[in-house]
Amino acid sequence: FYLTPPQVNSILKANEYSFKVPEFDGKNVSSVLGFDSNQLPANAPIEDRRSAATCLQSRGMLLGVFDGHAGCACAQAVSERLFYYIAVSLLPHETLLEIENAVESGRALLPILQWHKHPNDYFSKEASKLYFNSLRTYWQELIDLNSGETTDVKEALINAFKRLDNDISLEAQVGDPNSFLNYLVLRVAFSGATACVAHVDGVDLHIANTGDSRAMLGVQEEDGSWSAVNLSYDHNAQNEHEVERVKMEHPKSEEKSLVKQDRLLGLLMPFRAFGDVKFKWSIELQKRVVESGPDQLNDNEYTKFIPPNYHTPPYLTAEPEVIYHKLRPQDKFLVLATDGLWETMHRQDVARIVGEYLTGVHHQQPIAVGGYKVTLGQMHGLLTERRARISSVFEDQNAATHLIRHAVGNNEFGTVDHERLSKMLSLPEELARMYRDDMTIIVVQFNSHVIGACQEEE
Amino acid sequence: AARMFLRLLSDVRWRAANPKWRGVTCSRRSTSNTADPHPVALPAQAQVVICGGGIMGTSVAYHLSKMGWKDIVLLEQGRLAAGTTRFCAGIVSTARHVSIELKMADYSNKLYQQLEQETGVNTGYVKTGSISLAQTQDRLISLKRVASSLRVMGIPCEIITPKQVAQLHPLINIHDLVGAMYVPEDALVSSANVSLALATAASRNGVQIHERTSVSHVSVQKGRVTGVETDRGQIQCQYFVNCAGQWAYELGHSGEEPVHIPLHACEHFYLLTHPLNEPLASNVPTIIDPDGRIYVRNWQGGILSGGFEKNPKPLFTEGRNQLEIQNLQEDWDHFEPLLSALLRRMPDLEALQIMQLVNCPESFTPDMRCIMGESPTVRGYFVLAGMNSAGISYGGGAGKYLAEWMVNGYPTENVWPLDLKRFGTLQSSRTFLRHRVMEVMPLMCDLKVPRWDFQTGRQLRTSPLYDRLDAQGARWMEKHGFERVKYFVPPGKDLLDLDQSKTFYKPDWFDIVGSEVKCCKEAVCVIDMSSFTKFEISSTGDQALESLQYLFSNDLDVPVGHVVHTGMLNEKGGYENDCSIARLSKRSFFMISPTDQQVHCWAWLKNRLPDDSSLTMEDVTWKYTALNLIGPRAVDVLSELSYAPMTAEHFPSLFCKEMSVGYANGIRVMSITHTGEPGFVLYIPIEYALHVYNEVMNMGQKYGIRNAGYYALRSLRIEKFFAFWGQDLDAFTTPMECGREFQVKLEKGMQFVGQEALLEQKQNGVYKRFTMFILEDHDTDTDLWPWWGEPIFRNGRYVGKTTSSAYSYTLERHVCLGFVHHFDEKTGEELVVTTDFINQGEYEIDIAGQRFQAKAKLYPFSSLFTQRRRKDEVELSGYQRE
Repeated sequence: FYLTPPQVNSILKANEYSFKVPEFDGKNVSSVLGFDSNQLPANAPIEDRRSAATCLQSRGMLLGVFDGHAGCACAQAVSERLFYYIAVSLLPHETLLEIENAVESGRALLPILQWHKHPNDYFSKEASKLYFNSLRTYWQELIDLNSGETTDVKEALINAFKRLDNDISLEAQVGDPNSFLNYLVLRVAFSGATACVAHVDGVDLHIANTGDSRAMLGVQEEDGSWSAVNLSYDHNAQNEHEVERVKMEHPKSEEKSLVKQDRLLGLLMPFRAFGDVKFKWSIELQKRVVESGPDQLNDNEYTKFIPPNYHTPPYLTAEPEVIYHKLRPQDKFLVLATDGLWETMHRQDVARIVGEYLTGVHHQQPIAVGGYKVTLGQMHGLLTERRARISSVFEDQNAATHLIRHAVGNNEFGTVDHERLSKMLSLPEELARMYRDDMTIIVVQFNSHVIGACQEEE
Repeated sequence: AARMFLRLLSDVRWRAANPKWRGVTCSRRSTSNTADPHPVALPAQAQVVICGGGIMGTSVAYHLSKMGWKDIVLLEQGRLAAGTTRFCAGIVSTARHVSIELKMADYSNKLYQQLEQETGVNTGYVKTGSISLAQTQDRLISLKRVASSLRVMGIPCEIITPKQVAQLHPLINIHDLVGAMYVPEDALVSSANVSLALATAASRNGVQIHERTSVSHVSVQKGRVTGVETDRGQIQCQYFVNCAGQWAYELGHSGEEPVHIPLHACEHFYLLTHPLNEPLASNVPTIIDPDGRIYVRNWQGGILSGGFEKNPKPLFTEGRNQLEIQNLQEDWDHFEPLLSALLRRMPDLEALQIMQLVNCPESFTPDMRCIMGESPTVRGYFVLAGMNSAGISYGGGAGKYLAEWMVNGYPTENVWPLDLKRFGTLQSSRTFLRHRVMEVMPLMCDLKVPRWDFQTGRQLRTSPLYDRLDAQGARWMEKHGFERVKYFVPPGKDLLDLDQSKTFYKPDWFDIVGSEVKCCKEAVCVIDMSSFTKFEISSTGDQALESLQYLFSNDLDVPVGHVVHTGMLNEKGGYENDCSIARLSKRSFFMISPTDQQVHCWAWLKNRLPDDSSLTMEDVTWKYTALNLIGPRAVDVLSELSYAPMTAEHFPSLFCKEMSVGYANGIRVMSITHTGEPGFVLYIPIEYALHVYNEVMNMGQKYGIRNAGYYALRSLRIEKFFAFWGQDLDAFTTPMECGREFQVKLEKGMQFVGQEALLEQKQNGVYKRFTMFILEDHDTDTDLWPWWGEPIFRNGRYVGKTTSSAYSYTLERHVCLGFVHHFDEKTGEELVVTTDFINQGEYEIDIAGQRFQAKAKLYPFSSLFTQRRRKDEVELSGYQRE
């Protein structure tokens, strides 16, 4: 039994989304041409989330992927809320005042973000009031603080990440009279999510990363070939600095128990994350909240379970590592993806596949007959095979879909193998997670003309 | 790769007799790449300098020297026959769609055949014949049309069955074929050797040839060529010929006064193989498989096969570029579709061993026809380039015509379809050329159906009403970069797609155009005709009138406000242009000519008007939007809009007046419609265009007004027997030959250009006569439609070709226009054509090999005129153009 190619395509394309930055006057003045995104579930329901939005009150565009664990609640909340926190952190004092006054007097609020959402990317209606109040408290504090200094993007990103995680934690501690909401905020806090967020404004690209999702820049070399530049560091056991950091933050006595089997406290793969209060709160706080919480929480073995060797919390932070990159004309695209992609593909292959897809040029090694004895028939066979290899490009209108096709379907020769693709996609739910992880990909395409022009101006 | 090139060259047997440049070349050949130690010094001056030592340059030199011009220098930047010429496939094929191209190819074939005997240089000429295959019925129709033209040219040619194909060629798979065309006299040559042979002959005739000399720019003074600058010094000259092939564009732009030569190079690939186990016979026919996009010829017992892929690779868009030259390598992946087509056509070749894939750039032009002629801006600057990969086939003929042009002022054939002046600066954008040639190159193999429109490089010049008309369902065609409406698709009937219109039979727009024609006949239609070329010529004194009286054949000394239809004739009385001229005032004239006359007519007048500051000529094409109101109710619409009486008593035919229409003042209204139908053309300053259009459409509603397009216009004027310049009329047609004596005032009291020739024709009679044919036994629904170029037979004998055709919705018959000659039955000599000769004959028109009976007429049907008008007012003279 195999899926037919159209069936494969309908599975692969179910969640694909493309956004093209609108042109004004026939010209796109943004450094971003647009983006393609897609996700392929392995968990049911999928625990990954994605977000993309244009900042309306400040400049720039925000894009992010969020990999949830222990459920999708935290990833969902972060995907809805984080960009507001970032946008607010970036706003000048006057705009914040304007917004606050509007809310105060019940006037229409200036929209802060324009979202670019796939129909499946939902926002929870029930929690919007709660979320809004937390956000408002945040900006009120920012207004009171009024440092008078211009906002530094890096600082804004760090503050926004930390603040949101703090709010998630607080909301869970305080609880909510509405039982549904009360359960929701607890689920958010007890589950976790990594986040990898890009902020693009002209030639200024900031990547804020918390956890093991990854941002990668696709660079076209002078000879037309593609190379990959990492714009984030994974926060996991493979990252020496990260292990070092964790060890620094805790007494030497815990050194051995901190990282076991490449996991934090032997349990958690990412070393930084939103939520996951079980790695942040004191044991007393956890017990109090769980006991006073709804029954569902009490029945859940996971929430009640306290990690072993849990002596000096917090063990986990949501503070992101921010990397700044000034875009150059050769920087053609950015890939943000959850670890589901990076487990199956090397970044160099990702750069090549996306680069060739976007330019429509396929740098297979050219064939030269040279001094060899080749017959027309042999050459024909060789060429048809090479053609089949690139034909999968034309099935996809979306770079992210194309990448997923390769990630799931590639055989040992780096070619999409339909048989393999079909098998991987028809795995029953309970088996799927064994062979592959949720995969979420955003491919942002840059506008080299604008970037080149900016460069020249300087 | 380099080794391969040398191999190709080693075929060249160099046997030049003239030591003047033999020494130079021989020493270079022997020392291969080392520079020549003692180059012969360049002369300080020459009559003609030719740049480019390929097939074109050598052919021009050969023909010029044969015609008696001796003071000629040919400069080649590298070696003779080293560019595209060296690598081209060497197929001489006469199977061409355009008649002038067919003539050039035929002449080339005959020239090459005797060239070895004439020069002693082995040209590798082998008469192999060629077979063009048809995989579809439409392709076969297309081949049959070509076959009809070849036969009347006296070129042997046969339509054959797939089985006959198999008998002629041992390797062909015929299972998917429906037929083929066999041209037994087509040939193969070694193109480099042909070029060297031409150079040898030219050199014997005194032409000096200098290799390794590049022209850096051409010096111009007062609009004339005065010399060239080269890397080895200066040469003063009167004539410069740009035969620089794919570098012609750049060379044209290198001078102080740019010469726009719109061509662009594309990579072109062909395959060479080792010999077959049983080597192919040297005379095995060349195969052209247009549906498979390939050609296959014998090459040293193996094959040479190339083609014209759907996705060409343009190059040198930004000019000559060392990187791109180095990257000209074999691209097998790109060649794959052509290789597949080859193996499908000749499956037995699977085991054949590859020798090389050659990448040889070819230059292409915006309309798939080559470029020749004199620059419109620089006198003495001639061009021959842009061969669209048929350089060898055209080389001989093209060189001959250009040489005649230079020596005699005009070639012996009508070369307007190839004239550089059909293009202007507007086709000179590199972006335009890059995009257009990517469409043109695949077209080499695409089916040539009637009414083909290019899809790229569009919407360049548009009327201010473009969006309005487009929103109302307009379908567009392009002329000289200008978008013109073909017809309007009625709302709700949007099923017409491009492919359905691509037919040799009744097209899908038949009824749509029919209803537009009906509206022109019964009510009123608006056609946007803004594309016409419009000049204003004025002077402070009588200079304008005097000059125009000399340059035009009709009498222009008419009262102010009159419009005159007149030819702009050459010395031989032929039409250089056909136009309408309105006398705006005593001293100023408004001249309307066909769209594609913009460059040619400007250059013609500029070169002939006196250099007098009191006389000014201005191109005002862009300043006016022209709306043609056709139909019996046009008069009502206009009089309501202008509060002025527009009836024939107040506004007679062929009259011009500035008046107000709606709120807009200063609208130039002329009582002509270019169709013979009643109505007016409004010349509207562009800022008023939308206003006037809206007013006309609103007011016209109660009179049943609607939009119409050029297809309706064409049907109307062809049924009225109106000739169009560029289609029916050309520089070899005189007013006497097309029934327009009344537009010539031989006794207007002063001399004019062409007068003598016309006087002589008046006395001695004409040798061809423009005739109208009504197809009799032709079924519009099921038979092939005529287009143009169909042979005309009188009493079973060939007498000429059609020049245009249309379905007449009034007559419910097809009408073809064309010229009838009278060839002596025994000698073939051309005799005078008399009215009796025309009238006393049984006629047939040959459409793709099928003959249809036709009735010949020398005058239009008078009953077609809906309104009775005074005879001298009748606008018999529409000069409409396709």
